[in-house]
Amino acid sequence: MPAEPTPATGAHALSATGRAGGPPQRLAQAALRDLPWEVGVAKPDPAIVVDGVTRTFGGLTAVSVDHLEIQRGGITGLIGPNGAGKTTLFNLLTGFDQPDGGTWSFDGRPLGKLASHQVARLGVVRTFQLTKALSRLTVLQNMLLGAQGQKGERFFSALVPGLWRKQERENTEKALELLRRFKLDAKKDDFAGTLSGGQRKLLEMARALMSDPKVVMLDEPMAGVNPALTQSLLGHVKDLREEGMTVIFVEHDMDVVRDISDWVVVMAAGNVIAEGPPESISQNKAVVDAYLGAHHDAALTIEDEDRQLAEADAIIARDADGGAARAPRSDSGGTAR
Amino acid sequence: MGEIIDALAIALKAGIGFQAVFLALLAIGINMQFGYTGLLNFGQIAFALLGGYGIAISVSQWGLNFWVGVLIGLLAAVVLALLLGLPTLRLRADYLAIATIAAAEGLRLLFRSVSATPVTNGSRGISGFNSGFVELAPWDTGRRYRLLGTFWSGADLWVTAVGWTLVALASLLVWALVRSPWGRVVRSIREDEDAVRALGKNVYVYKMQALVLGGVFGALGGMIYAVGTGSTTPDQYQNANTFLAYAALILGGAARVLGPVIGAMLMYFIIQFADSGLRSLTENGVIPDGLLTTTDVAQIRFVIIGLGLILLLVFRPQGIFGDRREVMLDAR
Repeated sequence: MPAEPTPATGAHALSATGRAGGPPQRLAQAALRDLPWEVGVAKPDPAIVVDGVTRTFGGLTAVSVDHLEIQRGGITGLIGPNGAGKTTLFNLLTGFDQPDGGTWSFDGRPLGKLASHQVARLGVVRTFQLTKALSRLTVLQNMLLGAQGQKGERFFSALVPGLWRKQERENTEKALELLRRFKLDAKKDDFAGTLSGGQRKLLEMARALMSDPKVVMLDEPMAGVNPALTQSLLGHVKDLREEGMTVIFVEHDMDVVRDISDWVVVMAAGNVIAEGPPESISQNKAVVDAYLGAHHDAALTIEDEDRQLAEADAIIARDADGGAARAPRSDSGGTAR
Repeated sequence: MGEIIDALAIALKAGIGFQAVFLALLAIGINMQFGYTGLLNFGQIAFALLGGYGIAISVSQWGLNFWVGVLIGLLAAVVLALLLGLPTLRLRADYLAIATIAAAEGLRLLFRSVSATPVTNGSRGISGFNSGFVELAPWDTGRRYRLLGTFWSGADLWVTAVGWTLVALASLLVWALVRSPWGRVVRSIREDEDAVRALGKNVYVYKMQALVLGGVFGALGGMIYAVGTGSTTPDQYQNANTFLAYAALILGGAARVLGPVIGAMLMYFIIQFADSGLRSLTENGVIPDGLLTTTDVAQIRFVIIGLGLILLLVFRPQGIFGDRREVMLDAR
């Protein structure tokens, strides 16, 4: 979409950031403000760069992204109709799936050859659409699992508690601090399997934060969460940005997307069909087409309808005259009329 | 009344004998693999076979030192675990189950096959390899000793004592491991390995470590059984033992350090008590011949075990030591 951002939206965006945010939000949004709303546009400071990544399942092309850059320190919303390839793209970027081709990098370091746990160790941590709380571990144990570089996780050092006690204590303090922030501290000794769906989402996000990630990828963080909790989750996601993390999230609720994202990427049928600030997306014809279908966007006038029907009749008549008597003429006419 | 007390004493002897040690070590290994890490090893007996034959072949066929045989047995178990794990641990859980069950049956048939006879002595097996071990006993192994109302040979007593020491050490090792961050990672893998991957842990390595460790426990169990019986034959290592060990584990409580130990003791106690109790009841006519003869007892005791397990799963699915809340949670 070639259109320049209108002064009105620009001003609106500025005033919104001025109210809500600290410096990082203003930075990311200001940096992205003057970019053209084009697919594959280069960002001033990209954290993740995707080039020519394709993934096919048999004959179906699930993902085919030519070029995509994700701005560092910003919240990038990834939207698209069901089956657009959003989750598949997440899986590819985090090493949970292997593409047919293409390259992608984080901080200039190619991720193509890395397994999922190696990607996570670099600081790219994801959550899952279907929440993966570790049911038969307590909430606190769930949190502690997220900590990186634990000495006690190596087989032989595990047998010598002296080696890991101190680190474990520090991690526990950090975990309790995070649990307090996410209001789960009262549940710390409960099995994660007893938490509600929304609490599990909170736990999964908190657990991801235990690893001090640089990039947090949230796959539908608000799905199945009640509206009150959504507000608190949104607050947490904004906090991540304030702390300088790069956030990429998949979401279907457009209010949420408009509320928190600095930049929105729209996928449909595996391709990125539009990018831009959230205000630009609802005006984008390609996006409207992808969500609602391309040919239902304008109501037919009566004259148009008559003209189209007449054309159809003419074609049917021509076919029937020219071809064999495979379709009785009256039937075709009846259907068309 | 006297018969029942006798039957109790015999059952008690079975519950603490070296067969119970064998079952306990198999179950401790399965507990590490299945209870904590979620790996389905359905061929634990293959590790025991390699342990037992490791000693038997090394000592009797190759004339090596007993302890070299122990080392060879353990090494063979590690190699088997690696061979089974390398291709399957990246796949879904059921692939390991298929590979292990096939390996257990395949190894038994290989060891009793004609072509392997020069090494394994075929289906007749190997004996006469445990003297190096038995003569280490601090007491006279030629005598019989009276213990808890039953007689034990000195050699049996020695094997049993060493066996329970091994069980204690194995339990201590498992306890130390599962309370550590390492244990937290493997239990998380049991719950959901993708979540663990997303947090930067190399799931494959942890699963391999758990598989190898459990296999080594199985091999130790096989060694105790081999020196206890004084011989190894391939058909001692029927894969039914694996499932008996699973039953013992579930009876005691999976993912509990002492679950497999108590489960194995209780399992042998119940089997033996059902056997000798029923036998004495049929012999003195309390149970009429028309209902049950002494020849049926050997079969009926397993029916009783099966019935007991079903009742256990209905009324106490967590086993003896398990946490009911934990078992009742939806796995995902």
